[in-house]
Amino acid sequence: MDPAYSIIVFTTASGAGYGLLVLASLLAIGGVLPPTTGLGLATLGAAAALIAVGLSSSALHLGRPERALGAFSQGRSSWLAREGVAAVATFAPLGLFGIGWVFFNDVGGIFAWMAAACALLALLTVSCTAMIYASLKPIRQWRNGFVLPAYLALGLYSGSLLLVLLTRAFGVYRPAFALLAVILLGVAWAIKWGYWRHIDAAPAQVHLGAVTGLGQLGQVRLLEAPHTEANFVMREMGYAIARAHARKLRVVVHVALFLAPLALLGVVADGPPIPAQSASLLAVLSAALGVSVERWLFFAEARHVSILFYDRAV
Amino acid sequence: MTDLPAAPAAIQLGLVVDLDACVGCHACATSCKEWNTGGHWGPLTDVNAYEAEQRGVWFNRVFTYEVGGRREDARTIHFPKACLHCENPQCVTVCPTGASYKRAADGIVLVDVDRCIGCKLCAWACPYGAREFDEDQGVMKKCTLCVDRIYNDNLAVADRAPVCVLTCPTTARHFGDFNDPQSNVSRLVRERGGFDLAPELGYRPTSKYLPSRSRRSAPREASQPDAADAARDYVGGFLRWVDRALSR
Repeated sequence: MDPAYSIIVFTTASGAGYGLLVLASLLAIGGVLPPTTGLGLATLGAAAALIAVGLSSSALHLGRPERALGAFSQGRSSWLAREGVAAVATFAPLGLFGIGWVFFNDVGGIFAWMAAACALLALLTVSCTAMIYASLKPIRQWRNGFVLPAYLALGLYSGSLLLVLLTRAFGVYRPAFALLAVILLGVAWAIKWGYWRHIDAAPAQVHLGAVTGLGQLGQVRLLEAPHTEANFVMREMGYAIARAHARKLRVVVHVALFLAPLALLGVVADGPPIPAQSASLLAVLSAALGVSVERWLFFAEARHVSILFYDRAV
Repeated sequence: MTDLPAAPAAIQLGLVVDLDACVGCHACATSCKEWNTGGHWGPLTDVNAYEAEQRGVWFNRVFTYEVGGRREDARTIHFPKACLHCENPQCVTVCPTGASYKRAADGIVLVDVDRCIGCKLCAWACPYGAREFDEDQGVMKKCTLCVDRIYNDNLAVADRAPVCVLTCPTTARHFGDFNDPQSNVSRLVRERGGFDLAPELGYRPTSKYLPSRSRRSAPREASQPDAADAARDYVGGFLRWVDRALSR
């Protein structure tokens, strides 16, 4: 599948934003994060900004973005519509929770309920994003049990790195935050490892002979394509550039998204303040690069059944 | 609207493509482009129409496959492919706006181009590659089964059929109601062993393909030439063709 940059930015940025929102909401309810104005503004502001940047970026993918409001109407059947509704709905409790935290320095009572709603809706939104992909039958690299947990784990893990960075900056850091990040890192790493093992091992569902129904007559090969130039289907579904470099790019993901932040979190957890702050910033930057490559691969390694008709492997 | 119709449609319109008859002339594809670019859902825009890297929307594309490799009975099969108007079209259910819909009356799958936001998710959901994005208009387009012809009172009754069906010079394409067991398409599917494309994916396509039949004659070199056969060798051109045709 063609890795559109607008969707890569959308899923990674909003994933991190929602992840940060979930963690900040729950930790604020639990009294672990102090309800100070600066911390609230930075934390919820960063989460809201990442979500807003992501959603705006997703609109760039549309052929007719001016009609995007129509996309909230079909939640009964469409995961994309559900995602849109959940994403926008999150802003209501986020706004109220933010008012409580930033202006009244109060995260109890009604504001605690708002925080809980934030966390729930944020998890729901990320789940809907994942299900858009995991529900598509023609793409076996997407329709499997690893996609939903991977999106959730990577969103929460990205959020936890931001949480470490922000709490360090505001002097309310606790070692438990780095530990939380390491745990989420481990979970996300294990899921991605399993995902790649799965898509490498699972055989293709169908081949050209099966999809055309001609296989029983013998080996089928494309003699002449329907047209000389690449069409929409071939450009959108037949993206082949990443295949050659997939192995190397997976190594980049392992290093930038997981290994380097793991080492840097070690410095964060048990170092003097200045290197620790630099390390937490580096961990965020490294993971941002890593998760972008991870998402790019998620698209580029996905192969669509329709491309079989053009006699290309799925 | 992107919910599928609750009850199965009373009539379910679709096509039968006869792989035995198709000669790969692309007339169905070009007539489709011609009608639909001026029809209700037109235009089917082209980008760089008269230069390199031409890109444009077509509802129907004709593939040509070689089957059987180097075997003696290897054959060439022309394979036109357009929307199959599935009974279980995931392209419809994934649509966030309700622009994609399956008509309850006759089962045709359509796109409302005035509501489509061009998110392309329907194209991802279609395993048959039947939907094409119109980058000029920013919306998704697909085969309409010539819905603006088949109910068109301004056309003669004989012309109220998809233009690809009317155009086909070898009658390789048939149009009709698959819910009626007596219809031409139901009969063809029954008698000729019509099949679904990729049935294991569960989309339950309405349109069917008729298989390419095996060759009817035994290998000719097996028969012993007799005196009359030897005499035939002196006949050439048209008469030789007549002789062969009658000898089958």
